[in-house]
Amino acid sequence: MNTERLVTMANQIEAFFRAEPDRAVAIDGIATHIRRFWAPRMREAIVAHVAAGGAGLGELAKAAVLRL
Amino acid sequence: MLSPSDSDLGTPHRSGENTVTLEIDGRAVTVPVGTSVMRAAAVSGVSVPKLCATDSIEPFGSCRLCLVEIEGRKGYPASCTTLVEPGMRVSTQSEQLAKLRRGVMELYISDHPLDCLTCPANGNCELQTMAGAVGLREVRYGYAGENHIHDTHRDESNPYFTYDPSKCIVCSRCVRACEEVQGTFALTITGRGFGSRVTAGQNETFLESECVSCGACVQACPTATLTEKSVIEMGQPTHSVVTTCAYCGVGCAFRAEMQGSRVVRMLPYKDGKANHGHSCVKGRFAWGYATHPDRVTRPMIRAKITDPWREVSWEEAVGHAAAEFRRIQTKYGRDSIGGITSSRCTNEETYLVQKMVRAAFGNNNTDTCARVCHSPTGYGLGQTLGTSAGTQEFDSVDHADVIMVIGANPTDAHPVFASHLKKRLRAGAKLIVVDPRRIDLVEGPHVKADYHLQLRPGTNVALINALAHVVVSEGLLNEAFVAARCDAREFAKWKKFIIEPHNSPEALAEVTGVPAEQLRGAARLYATGGNAAIYYGLGVTEHSQGSTMVIGIANLAMVTGNIGREGVGVNPLRGQNNVQGSCDMGSFPHEFPGYRHVSDDAVRASFEAAWHVSLQAEPGLRIPNMFDAALDGSFRGLYVQGEDLVQSDPNIQQVAAALQSLECLVVQDLFLNETARYAHVFLPGSSFLEKDGTFTNAERRISRVRRAMAPLGGKADWEVTVALSNALGYPMHYDHPSQIMDEIARLTPTFSGVSYEKLDQLGSLQWPCNAEHPEGTPVMHVGKFVRGQGRFMLTEYVPTDERASARYPLLMTTGRILSQYNVGAQTRRTANVAWHSEDRIEIHPHDAEERGIREGDWVGVASRAGETVLRAEVTERVQPGVVYTTFHFPESGANVVTTENSDWATNCPEYKVTAVQLMRVSQPSTWQRDHRRFAEEQAALWRARQPVGQP
Repeated sequence: MNTERLVTMANQIEAFFRAEPDRAVAIDGIATHIRRFWAPRMREAIVAHVAAGGAGLGELAKAAVLRL
Repeated sequence: MLSPSDSDLGTPHRSGENTVTLEIDGRAVTVPVGTSVMRAAAVSGVSVPKLCATDSIEPFGSCRLCLVEIEGRKGYPASCTTLVEPGMRVSTQSEQLAKLRRGVMELYISDHPLDCLTCPANGNCELQTMAGAVGLREVRYGYAGENHIHDTHRDESNPYFTYDPSKCIVCSRCVRACEEVQGTFALTITGRGFGSRVTAGQNETFLESECVSCGACVQACPTATLTEKSVIEMGQPTHSVVTTCAYCGVGCAFRAEMQGSRVVRMLPYKDGKANHGHSCVKGRFAWGYATHPDRVTRPMIRAKITDPWREVSWEEAVGHAAAEFRRIQTKYGRDSIGGITSSRCTNEETYLVQKMVRAAFGNNNTDTCARVCHSPTGYGLGQTLGTSAGTQEFDSVDHADVIMVIGANPTDAHPVFASHLKKRLRAGAKLIVVDPRRIDLVEGPHVKADYHLQLRPGTNVALINALAHVVVSEGLLNEAFVAARCDAREFAKWKKFIIEPHNSPEALAEVTGVPAEQLRGAARLYATGGNAAIYYGLGVTEHSQGSTMVIGIANLAMVTGNIGREGVGVNPLRGQNNVQGSCDMGSFPHEFPGYRHVSDDAVRASFEAAWHVSLQAEPGLRIPNMFDAALDGSFRGLYVQGEDLVQSDPNIQQVAAALQSLECLVVQDLFLNETARYAHVFLPGSSFLEKDGTFTNAERRISRVRRAMAPLGGKADWEVTVALSNALGYPMHYDHPSQIMDEIARLTPTFSGVSYEKLDQLGSLQWPCNAEHPEGTPVMHVGKFVRGQGRFMLTEYVPTDERASARYPLLMTTGRILSQYNVGAQTRRTANVAWHSEDRIEIHPHDAEERGIREGDWVGVASRAGETVLRAEVTERVQPGVVYTTFHFPESGANVVTTENSDWATNCPEYKVTAVQLMRVSQPSTWQRDHRRFAEEQAALWRARQPVGQP
């Protein structure tokens, strides 16, 4: 999968949940969204990207991916 | 002219609990207060002769044929304009009345040609019928002198109907229908006496005038003055089939009037609950595509897209497709193929495709074109209210006091609902329009928006937040509703967020471009003006924050208590006929029919038990994800039913590259469309006239589609999917789509009460239709939200990445025009091109002047995704800095320019914001030249096709 695209998508999801004042709730929201809407190969690609440093990913998105 | 099958009670229905009982011709009848004597008589089974009255418009009292006698009253009042009163005793027949009526008819006939045998209305002429009804036997007046008969100036400019003044009896039904039913006010009667003529616009031809060709005038005409050209050509129909229109999400019911298997005309069905007998130019007239010579009616295959097509039998085509899909799965894995359906297909068809993908392909790679239009509606309304659908029925608008239209252009895209809405506005409802463009609703005949919030593209969320900020900060919220109906914790969090100063209209005015005072006024009106209803379209959803905006709309409706009763609500206007239905039917990769996630073990188990197969618990790929996976090599086969991805999806150069990388693309369609040029298997599709099924419109109304003619290709679309599934080794057993609906009802709680039998009985049903609501649910969330408590969610405004820059200083937005429909596959193949034969780009005079662009100039439109060339239309409909185009013609390449930017939650493309630059050019773009060359090559391969049976 196109990692750059996935990073953009994950960051967009993070941008929505960033308004959430409770950091844990925000991270949980991002992780749940990715789990419920991304096909396994997309999740595997973003997990691999984070394992490789997660360049370009927002901090909350990265934390969420680590929970997938 | 009405259908002879439709009853006409003369004057409109009046509703109300209070009734009046009177006596007509000695028979007691009880009707609602406000009913006319004529209608009361008709209800009691007594037909009063009439000419100027018809029950779709208010009575006029001009023809004097419907005179009656009323005990205790002097004279002979017109029964159409006389209202019933308690105890009234009416006689509709007497010697004196007969004499008067014959006298009136004699005068009419003395001004009417007696060419009945060759008249196109012969067999369905009210004048002829009334002459018979009143016993007219002679006409004592000659034809010398002034009359209408010798006026031979027929107006044949409209491609679908003619105006013949010689047949006109000046009843004004056409003029009144244009005003009252359609709301366009294009017609008038000019002149007096024998000089009276129906006149379109400013004494223009019908085609030149502002007439929108809805057909209401033709339908209202009691003679052959306004007549469908198809009737003139073919004669009167011999039978009819009631079915549902296959254009927009209004879902109008039509009577397909036929001669054998040929359609003579499509007449809006008076009992249709979505349209109440009205229509638009598309549904009424643009059905010729169904038998257009471009229809491909034989299955075809080819190994490579550079090969000529080879016509084959259905068995060979389907067998080849199945073998290829299995080969690909063996080589690349189970998840390497998928299927996409169209919102133009029926519920039964989309249900079968997702079933085949999940059960026969063995994965969840199923999606629908709703992905690129209303998927954010599904997400946003599902999260906040608990279900993915509009809350109201269309008739609810009759009870709205304030109507907010956001990012929708109903007069063009949902014309029949727009007429309904305009009728309510003429009756006094207030209007708020939120749109970057000055759509027709902003100011038109007898309609003027109280507020036009002309925001900058891409700033919807900022605007909805500012509206909610005003409501909360000024104390205009409905605290009782929120306390009783919504989650208190979520509300408290949201309230704290929304009253933050950065959400105020003043803080956001620079972002949205909407003056703070104007926005405050609109917010106050919405919150305090009585019943407030929101109607929205793709201008809401097709943004990077599409889902956030839908959530914001739901927040606003909840905080003001405008949900859960008539006249209010949140109403997505669905673009295509079955967007709602295709979503309901589990077409999305993450959910089964009824919006239930694939990871829900209990739900999945119910489908596994019914389908006798193990199902995946993981979401599949969405359409844009499929393209990405195709480009990276992990997705190799695709079944596309009724969707033209290469024209409708954004950044089509990338879409084309993705499709080119597939090893097997199967396209099922009416035509060899843009996508089919990349296909290896072509399976002929069937039009809505050729099959049975159901569509579900924007108000959740499930309506029957009934077969009027046999499928031209030999199979209805559902039969093709069944054949493909069988060839894949997953047998499906259905003899009729009703059995598919029965299965849907067994497996989907919100559809459990739906059956073809009940649909035939009741006409249509709005889901949820179940034991609790056996006859359906017109208004949702009454007393309680589907999810229990309404959920407020935080909607921080996040600017899109697609911003105007020095290189691309203008923002392009796209939309639809009245006479064309989506990718134009249907409407381009009709006479609707008389109104719109090419896509143009609208540009504000200031921006045009800056670039030296004049009306009609060819201009290059360049974005970071691509470049195309369109003709310019210089207009103040768009604001400075914004340009607008439609996407109905493939050669226009509007989606060459749009980007892959998409909604954060659903991947719905951001069609509504693309940063572009415009400049005058003298030749087509490189893409257009390549496109033309490729189209010509593919046309040659089609012409060189081998017929069935040849090696």
